[in-house]
Amino acid sequence: MRRFTAVVPIAIAAMLATAACGSDDGDNQAADDGPVSLTVATFGEFGYKELYEEYMKLHPNVKITERITKTEDHHKNLAAHLATNTGAADIEALEEGWIGQFTAQPSKFVDLTEYGANDIKAQWPEWKWNVGSSKDGKVIGLGTDAGGMAMCYRTDLFQKAGLPTDRAEVSKLWPTWEQYIETGKKFEAAKVPGAHFFDGPTVMYRSILGQAPVGLYDGDNVVVDSNPDVKKAFDLSAQAVTSGLSARAEAWTPAWNAGFAKGTFATLACPSWMMAYIQTQAKDASGKWDIADVPGGGGNWGGSWLTVPKQGKHTKAAYELAKWLTAPEQEVKVFQKYGNFPSTVTLYDDPAIKDFVNPYFNNAPVGQIFSKSVTTMKPQYLGPKAGDINTQIINGLTRIEQGKQTPDQSWAQVLTDVKALL
Amino acid sequence: MTQLATEERVGPRRGLLHRLDVKGSPYLYIAPFFILFLGFGVFPLIFTAWVSLHEWSLLSEEHTWIGFGNYTKLFDDPAFWNALWNTVSIWVISTVPQLLLALVLAHILNQRLRGQTFWRMSALIPNITSVAAVAIIFSQLFGRDYGLFNWVLGLFGVDKIDWTANTWSSHVAVSTMIIWRWTGYNALIYLAAMQAVPKELYDSASLDGASSFQQLRKITVPAIRPTIIFTVIISTIGGMQVLAEPLLFGGNGLTGGSDRQFQTLALYLYEVAFGRFDFGYASASSWVMFLIIVVVAAINFGITSRLRRS
Repeated sequence: MRRFTAVVPIAIAAMLATAACGSDDGDNQAADDGPVSLTVATFGEFGYKELYEEYMKLHPNVKITERITKTEDHHKNLAAHLATNTGAADIEALEEGWIGQFTAQPSKFVDLTEYGANDIKAQWPEWKWNVGSSKDGKVIGLGTDAGGMAMCYRTDLFQKAGLPTDRAEVSKLWPTWEQYIETGKKFEAAKVPGAHFFDGPTVMYRSILGQAPVGLYDGDNVVVDSNPDVKKAFDLSAQAVTSGLSARAEAWTPAWNAGFAKGTFATLACPSWMMAYIQTQAKDASGKWDIADVPGGGGNWGGSWLTVPKQGKHTKAAYELAKWLTAPEQEVKVFQKYGNFPSTVTLYDDPAIKDFVNPYFNNAPVGQIFSKSVTTMKPQYLGPKAGDINTQIINGLTRIEQGKQTPDQSWAQVLTDVKALL
Repeated sequence: MTQLATEERVGPRRGLLHRLDVKGSPYLYIAPFFILFLGFGVFPLIFTAWVSLHEWSLLSEEHTWIGFGNYTKLFDDPAFWNALWNTVSIWVISTVPQLLLALVLAHILNQRLRGQTFWRMSALIPNITSVAAVAIIFSQLFGRDYGLFNWVLGLFGVDKIDWTANTWSSHVAVSTMIIWRWTGYNALIYLAAMQAVPKELYDSASLDGASSFQQLRKITVPAIRPTIIFTVIISTIGGMQVLAEPLLFGGNGLTGGSDRQFQTLALYLYEVAFGRFDFGYASASSWVMFLIIVVVAAINFGITSRLRRS
């Protein structure tokens, strides 16, 4: 996801990152017997701290050092470390928005099937497995979390605008994004002081795009100019902006953060990692936010993978650790403590997830909401330049919001800008 | 041993060693700088030139030779020219007021003041603040909805300005950060130069009834011209390399605004190198940027030395 959010998203990134799956019985035979020192490089909050302790107790010869960096810097540093063949950690996490660039150059990573990763393949949905693999079938990443998709809304603002507040009724307001915009117009008509219907076009655009079976890439080809789903995501977001629904708080800027705290927008499409972000930004708003279904059905935005760079000294031991960290048992622990939603399908019927409710969001059954979203989503291939392309498209939406261009002018420039990237 | 060595030095060999010592040692003493410069200055420069002639992705093992392909692409790249234009604009908006302010500030600091050292030291404080801190705080001050500047302007009935949205307003905001950081630094350089101007000149000017401003114009400025030239060239080089301010002001990425309205050359370079990992293209742009800086600095030098001669 959001690789374009250069500076602020550190915190967020944290949340996207998660733990995951894989049952592991076979790791005793794995690790070398001598002392092994492993470094795990992540970003944001993967929720691994307690797990490292546990693993070191299980494997007294292994010493784990963690290295946490801001999302952007983490991936940039990794690219440099891979290019120079030195400095990378034994396990490097990759985020959805970046992994395409790395799977396009798989030679720097261990092909995890060499260590038997195919045996644990069934833990993940096929798409999660595929995104972590290269075109020629090398598997470089084991899935941690998944974003899923839902719609967060402020019950207090909805009440002021005379809209329903119960999450089932709210979900009925917007089976489609068009109806979401209509609801927004009703909200604006009520003129709730200091508040608009949604934050701004970035999150809405990414969410609509995340629901399409084909996004920016169709195979190796960038199809921004010909894929109606990309245009639809752009048009709907532009329409919401030109209808005056936007609070004009650009995502991942200080103004956006202030918007959470001050309640300047009533709705926000939210992948699971966004819940943690909202709770951090709007500490005093507990009970005011609730979670309904997202318009347009299931979708995904975000999630991460653990990879093993080839330059590591103990790649086999690193694989065993990655496999253990992404195993379902560990993933449940992370979800319950930190909220990162597992990408392991086999877990979704587990009561630990199915029955989990979040008190901050009026006890919304987040376990159910996000499992539904992740199981009904259509997997989408992101492509190596997805991040840069999305930056251009979101810049286009921002130009409309800033009144610099009409939607048509903006789209024309988007197409030129995207072409320049390729 | 010592004796032996001394004895050995007798004869023609002694002369050779001596000559070598006299002629060679100075080079040995300055060698550390040049060795470091070779490693960290010249080598990267040449290596960058080599990289710029390739299709060179940071993530790929293969580097395809494409000759001047990156350069021809660059000259056709509107984003590059846009960045160049922004850089020049921000450089002018920041450097001109900054050096004038620094001159006035230095002139004031050069008077007899109570707590002289305190005032002089405070002039440097903005400069020792980390650039990231300055950029983050100023970005908040320039915020559209909750920023201090818009609040103050609002008191005078001015509508809220969306500072990041427009070209002119974003250039003003970025320039303000640069002015804030570097005015005091330049003022201290001027001050140091001013101290070397003979006091008698000012005394006799005062006797003749020259005002403080007249003294600044007629005595100080002509006397410290070489220093002014130095600061102009240094600020030119600095101004061409502005990166952190627009990067952090944008908040959201490497493009410097929704329409690249405040993306500087250095920021564009950063976007290409570390956003797209396209090192070949980034190297080509940094070489062109280097040449542009050389040209601009040379023009500046020409203008200012003509001023000196006049």
